[in-house]
Amino acid sequence: MIEGVSVAYRDILALDGVSFATSCGNRVALVGPNGAGKSTLLKAIAGLVPQRLGKIMWRGSSVKKWSREFAYLPQREEIDWSFPITVRGLVEMGRYPQVGWWRKFSKADNDAVDAALESLNLMDLQYRQIRELSGGQQQRAFLARALAQEAHVLLLDEPFTGLDRNASILLGDLLAKLAEEGRLIIASHHDLGSASLLFDEVLVLNTRQVGFGPVESVLTPSLIQETFAVTGAQSHV
Amino acid sequence: MFEELIHSAFYQRALAAAAFIGFTNGFFSGFVVLRRNALSVSALSHTMLPGIALGILVTGYLSQWNAFIGALFAALLVGLGSVAVARGKRIAEGTSLAVLYTAAFAAGVAILPKLETRTELEHWLFGDILAIGNSDLWIVYVVGALILIASNTMMRPLLLTLFEPNVAAAQGVPTRAMQYLVFMMLVLALVSSLQAVGCVLTVGLLVTPAATVSLLTDKTSALFWGGGLIGGVGSVLAVFLSGYLGIAPGPAIVILLGILFILAYLFSPKYGLLVPKFIFNRRP
Repeated sequence: MIEGVSVAYRDILALDGVSFATSCGNRVALVGPNGAGKSTLLKAIAGLVPQRLGKIMWRGSSVKKWSREFAYLPQREEIDWSFPITVRGLVEMGRYPQVGWWRKFSKADNDAVDAALESLNLMDLQYRQIRELSGGQQQRAFLARALAQEAHVLLLDEPFTGLDRNASILLGDLLAKLAEEGRLIIASHHDLGSASLLFDEVLVLNTRQVGFGPVESVLTPSLIQETFAVTGAQSHV
Repeated sequence: MFEELIHSAFYQRALAAAAFIGFTNGFFSGFVVLRRNALSVSALSHTMLPGIALGILVTGYLSQWNAFIGALFAALLVGLGSVAVARGKRIAEGTSLAVLYTAAFAAGVAILPKLETRTELEHWLFGDILAIGNSDLWIVYVVGALILIASNTMMRPLLLTLFEPNVAAAQGVPTRAMQYLVFMMLVLALVSSLQAVGCVLTVGLLVTPAATVSLLTDKTSALFWGGGLIGGVGSVLAVFLSGYLGIAPGPAIVILLGILFILAYLFSPKYGLLVPKFIFNRRP
């Protein structure tokens, strides 16, 4: 549950009074023009940027207590793809919060890594360096890390950007499966056309909150017109 | 003549120093390569020189310890100073670092020969591992052990910080403390290698080993241990060869490491320039 959240970078207000509540098993799309605060909201939920006002609650208490349950997947360009790390090494990083700084990986930890790789179909690719994967595989590698972390809330920043049609369909199915298993998925999304296919709920942002609810009932032509016309931003296809 | 050389105490000290300095610096080079800040390492290494001059100026004599503290002080001054100047947004951090370190280096070059020490300027610039004494060797051991212990106990938070500082911070890693830790270890590594390769060449020892390994493997941990191995074995080998060929050991170390890097660049099974690409289906 998110209540009256505002975030500001120095003097520039990036998010103003956003409030909504959702629950596990849902896929929530964040839509809005460029600079509407989609990434900022994701980062605020993940605890990456301090909020100026408001509360972000999870299971009845502040999210700060629950950082282990939140996994944040950054936008592709924010990741250093040439970092010498294999897919398996990346997924193992997801276990660090459980394992701690010094303890050796136990069998349970290795099993969790295996299971995450297995369920995202990455077993054959586990010793590849992360740059050697396709865009869709890279997304899956980061999702596998979130699974290894046993995160319940997946925060994805533009996961569909740069994926070809097939990879998009695969990722869409995957997110549906992950939500069905009881996870909450919140993702920023550019393509208004596909939002109803890929998500259950939508939060329309334009620095302040424009609308929230089931995709069909919120994304009406008039609301889209109102939100996107002012800045002249177009949705990507 | 070469036989005699090998059995002499100073030569054995030099070999021990080469092995240990090479290993710790090679190990640490993993961080330098991951942080992609080889150039700022070069800047800091040049700052050692005025630091040593400062140590002598303040205390009136030269020992490893006051050289060490002077170098630490100067590195902190230039390193943090460049960050502070860049805070103003008008000047990029690389620019401010370049301005400050060249100015500091120039001051060192100007002042050091004026001071009353028996050591030549050249010694500080390019190192003289054959002149290493017992107390120097102890410093090398202590500093090396500190670096290895600190980086190994903190390896996971350090890697998280280097890979995704944001995510690391959200997971509760004290990322700023980790950045300072890397900086402190860097200064320690620089000071300990000063004796062996000098402040101009020390960058070679602190970058090349892990850069070579990164051409050979994608395993993160191999970057550190492999870097240490290449640094240690390469340095010892270079000191041997330098005695045999009659060239200075400091440059010999850096040349040998450079040759190993070029060999890896050309012939690495996975990333080598001269290895047919069709063996591995590589994606750009």
